[in-house]
Amino acid sequence: MSDLLRGRPRHAERVIMGVLVAAASVSIATTIGIMASLLVGTIAFLREVPIVEFLLGTQWTPLFDDAQYGVLPLVSGTLVITAIAVAVAIPLGLGSAIYLSEYASGTVRGILKPVLEVLAGIPTVVFGFFALQFVTTTLLRAAFPGIEVFNALSAGLVMGIMIMPMVASLGEDAMSAVPSGLRDGSYALGASRRQTVIRVVIPAAMSGIVAAFVLAISRAIGETMIVTVAAGLRPRMTLNPLEGMQTMTSYIAAAGSGDLSTGSVAYQSIFAVGFLLFAMTLLMNVAGIRLVRRTRRALP
Amino acid sequence: MVSMPEPVFLLDRLRVCYGDYQALQDVSMAIDDRRITAFIGPSGCGKSTLLRSFNRMNDLIPGARVAGSLTYRGTDIYGADVDPIEVRRRIGMVFQKPNVFGTSVYDNVTYGPRVNRMKVDLDDLVEECLVRAALWDEVKDNLRRNALALSGGQQQRLVIARCIAVRPDVILMDEPCASLDPIATTRIEDLMRTLAEDYTIVIVTHNMQQAARVSDRTAFFTVEVDDAGVRHGRLIEYGATRQMFSAPADPRTEDYISGRFG
Repeated sequence: MSDLLRGRPRHAERVIMGVLVAAASVSIATTIGIMASLLVGTIAFLREVPIVEFLLGTQWTPLFDDAQYGVLPLVSGTLVITAIAVAVAIPLGLGSAIYLSEYASGTVRGILKPVLEVLAGIPTVVFGFFALQFVTTTLLRAAFPGIEVFNALSAGLVMGIMIMPMVASLGEDAMSAVPSGLRDGSYALGASRRQTVIRVVIPAAMSGIVAAFVLAISRAIGETMIVTVAAGLRPRMTLNPLEGMQTMTSYIAAAGSGDLSTGSVAYQSIFAVGFLLFAMTLLMNVAGIRLVRRTRRALP
Repeated sequence: MVSMPEPVFLLDRLRVCYGDYQALQDVSMAIDDRRITAFIGPSGCGKSTLLRSFNRMNDLIPGARVAGSLTYRGTDIYGADVDPIEVRRRIGMVFQKPNVFGTSVYDNVTYGPRVNRMKVDLDDLVEECLVRAALWDEVKDNLRRNALALSGGQQQRLVIARCIAVRPDVILMDEPCASLDPIATTRIEDLMRTLAEDYTIVIVTHNMQQAARVSDRTAFFTVEVDDAGVRHGRLIEYGATRQMFSAPADPRTEDYISGRFG
């Protein structure tokens, strides 16, 4: 009769749950920690440099005697290189995704997907030297004789190649998830493969494709090593991709590994730039999630 | 004696293989014009496979091959110079699961005419097809509504409207009522009877009562296991539906329709 009553307490269950909660908490705690340290540094920085000057200034010269902290050259460098990378990665990645999902045979897909994933696993510093030593010197010099050794174009192009597999892989996942019944319905109405892909498969996979684009852009904004190696370290307010420029990430990497004294304004600027970078990627992701939700409503 | 009209499809020892596996053994039969022909039989008997070979949907499955001959109004469907896209435009198909596109009702109906660049007034065509598919009254107030918001039965009638919008000659139906409730099923069956005045319909169904209710002719398929233990579909009996259900010639047909098998 007392069989149904609580017997001995299940200690093992509690211990396991505790371990799992702790494991999950580490990432949350880290995120909070990063945000807190960025915020503290940023507030200290903004006490020295007015926020308007920081956000709208066009000179970034923290190491000069007459130090200027206008972040726009770093932002423009980031955006120019990101734009080049995305212009490469989205068409190539989407094209590969369409090919893999709709055209390639099972055998070809079985070979190509792992190859793409290998490309995604190459360390970014290797891509950086590939951009500097091969793309600039061998390819771009021939096309643009006046190109600088460090330039935005080679960094952007190679970054595009680097994030292309991610777009391809996520895009392929999204398109493969489209029910085959929809394709059959299209073919049965006399549609060609091209029409089926463009009018049925891509719209049905749109939320996943948009998510792939957003992740690609976030990745490009945050990428550090390629730009540090290949795009140079001179903050310049320019849209000319043949010139060198510094991005927000490469400034952080260079300044952080330099010999700035802790507590100096130049040192604190690292946190301010980092905070702005964090805000930009966050905004990007929020916009992406909204876009995904909206397309999902329109095209479930 | 009235002369028999020309059949729409003529099959001569048609066989379908997936890779090395032969799904369907030699089938020879003729499908009548402006009639409803039903394919019945247990799962795995190859009836859906056969149906999909009528409009070359099997081409989309890697490794699928068809041997023997399948003529549609005198033309070999698998002839070297036949365009499968043109075949599918003439021979439409309705599937087991209503596969409406996630766009509006209007865009679903106009999809086929658009991809085929038909020179028609789309508004008129949408109304005409939805009326014929007995869906117009339920959707006419909001043709911009997303098709996925419709009920299953409405979606299936929309698929039929979408199918007739490309002005096909034949409509193939692969278990069109399998995912519908009895009321929706009755509506689709009524619709099939009206459509049969203008279209040749071939329907695959698991539901024998449905075959008995709607079809003019019935083909019974079964699964045979060969010496190596491999299962193949085979056509057992083909004839007038009334005859098949009252006095089947083959004992296997009788077993199946009386519920002793399958």
